Amino acid sequence: MSILIDRDTRIIVQGITGRMAQFHTKDMLEYGSNVVGGVVPGKGGESVFGVPVFDTVKEAVAATRAEASLVFVPPPFAADSIMEAADSGIRYCVCITDGIPAQDMIQVKRYMMRYPKERRMVLTGPNCAGTISPGKAMLGIMPSHIFLPGNVGIVGRSGTLGYEAAAQLKERGIGVSTSVGIGGDPINGSSFRDILELFEKDEDTHVIAMIGEIGGPQEAEAAAHIRDHITKPVVAYVAGLTAPKGRTMGHAGAIISAFGESASEKVEILSSAGVVVAENPAVIGETIARVM
Amino acid sequence: MDIHEYQAKEILSKFGVEVPVGALAYSPEQAAYRAREMGGEKWIVKAQVHAGGRGKAGGVKLCDCDSAIQQACEGMFGQKLVTHQTGPAGKGIYRVYVEAAVAIDREIYLGFVLDRSSQRVMIVASAEGGMEIEDISASKPESIVRSTVEPAVGLREFQAREIAFALGIEPALVQQMVRTLQGCYRAFLELDATMVEINPLVVTADKRILALDAKMTFDDNALFRHPQISELRDKSQEDQRESRAADRGLSYVGLDGNIGCIVNGAGLAMATMDTIKLAGGEPANFLDIGGGATPDRVAKAFRLVMSDSNVQAILVNIFAGINRCDWVAEGVVQALRDNPVEVPVIVRLSGTNVKEGQKILAKSGLPIIRATTLMEAAERVVSAWKSDLNQNTSLRAAK
Repeated sequence: MSILIDRDTRIIVQGITGRMAQFHTKDMLEYGSNVVGGVVPGKGGESVFGVPVFDTVKEAVAATRAEASLVFVPPPFAADSIMEAADSGIRYCVCITDGIPAQDMIQVKRYMMRYPKERRMVLTGPNCAGTISPGKAMLGIMPSHIFLPGNVGIVGRSGTLGYEAAAQLKERGIGVSTSVGIGGDPINGSSFRDILELFEKDEDTHVIAMIGEIGGPQEAEAAAHIRDHITKPVVAYVAGLTAPKGRTMGHAGAIISAFGESASEKVEILSSAGVVVAENPAVIGETIARVM
Repeated sequence: MDIHEYQAKEILSKFGVEVPVGALAYSPEQAAYRAREMGGEKWIVKAQVHAGGRGKAGGVKLCDCDSAIQQACEGMFGQKLVTHQTGPAGKGIYRVYVEAAVAIDREIYLGFVLDRSSQRVMIVASAEGGMEIEDISASKPESIVRSTVEPAVGLREFQAREIAFALGIEPALVQQMVRTLQGCYRAFLELDATMVEINPLVVTADKRILALDAKMTFDDNALFRHPQISELRDKSQEDQRESRAADRGLSYVGLDGNIGCIVNGAGLAMATMDTIKLAGGEPANFLDIGGGATPDRVAKAFRLVMSDSNVQAILVNIFAGINRCDWVAEGVVQALRDNPVEVPVIVRLSGTNVKEGQKILAKSGLPIIRATTLMEAAERVVSAWKSDLNQNTSLRAAK
């Protein structure tokens, strides 16, 4: 098992005809992801790499029984596309788009609440690299070859820093059950806590690696959840030790604006919850190896 | 994006928030003229800079005559105002706002923020106005009233009333307070703000509720749908290097250290800076050149980092995923041929085709120091910086 996506998860790509979307659709197909369709309003009937394109997500779901979606739609329209997926019976959606207005994301989160929990779509991102269950399926834009199949669950806010961690694991012959990017925006689909819950239930995940950064309350919330509910060992790294207060460090959400949001405070909170914290990014792999 | 106080007041007053009579001036003479024009006996002259804490820093002056206004302005125009929010460099004063002074009965703190926990807009208010919210939450946390807004229905009247009563607003003024709160919320929502702060919001002696100060920050990601807000951008208040970088699609934050960083991805950039610090150095900047790391972006990044005269060594850390290391390496070599730099350059590549990438760097004949791991890269850049520093010092001594 893995979380969120598996070998046979049927995937559609929203915005599939765009240049970047085509590039990554090809990459996903080559990896073996089960991409069954694409959605671009007005381009229904076309095809991309043999994948049929539909005008609406509902049409795509009706024709392909798609369960998961990858949103590659430009920022002004991305929130709308996520809501369309949520309303069409998509079970899991990854939004790659960077630059979605925060208030659009507030609306997305509110809109998703109209569905009862058992039918509510899971969203990860926006502004993330996606999700990969190595050896099974990839729903995202990451370089797949740096991930070996295995038993470490990775969840992180940053794309390239997550790659760094996966590459350090690969060097040691350690593999990954699923790696999930939750994205660098202030308001995102799933929190660390949401993904930790999934890893806790997943048989194939033995150790969880959590890669956080400055800004926001999510690492602290995750720490409380780990202390009370997670039985598997958790290793964490928090980026941004040298980040000054009040400045946005690349990610819209990476800004220290309140107490408990700096890297050192988060490290302290996580450590006191029993999380093994890697003190620098160069030893993430080593620390995980030690815990295993 | 931040705007000035006078701009925020203009916006908020359109949404039904009452503000004192005031006018903008670009010179001391104009300030005095504006004061005469609006009449009254006392005026406040306020330096317009994008930072809080202006009062304590001498950026707000109470004046009772023409010459006092001129004098206050002469101490402001062209100067840098250094507050606890500006950093030591301060922010230049090029505009002042002149306001008719009002008799204050009581001061209230009022803020609207994007609350990441509830993922909603949150109203934060306190009867202890005039102090910074950080100080209020440290010294009088029990005075803080919080309320989140359900996005589907907006700020309801009952909610605004609850806040007003919790702040002890007298019944006759509650309706005015509700108008103020709802006005701020509508401005926040309709203009995609990420923060609206009125500190203080005052009840005047003649029983009016007025925004004495106002601060608004807008969501950069939403500016595309608010061209009228984008026009309020004041580049004189921004770090020149940072705004130049932003114009070129690079994300740059200047710091005080001397090791320049060029990294792809925000998280990896922060992690690289952390490692430099652990290795005994101080990063000169945060710089995310984007996931792609195209040769063009690498070249722009070198020019940007080198424009900081404090930079004495550069660490390039690229994780090449989709783009291969050999391609990134060629970009680095090209960038260094086109923009030769006189400080040590350490390059660490990882990801796809790393060996080919290393070969290209080695064959280039350029004095690039290579590293395999992140820690090694950080240690090498710090030691290269130190030995370069020693060499330069001994060279100077020899002369």
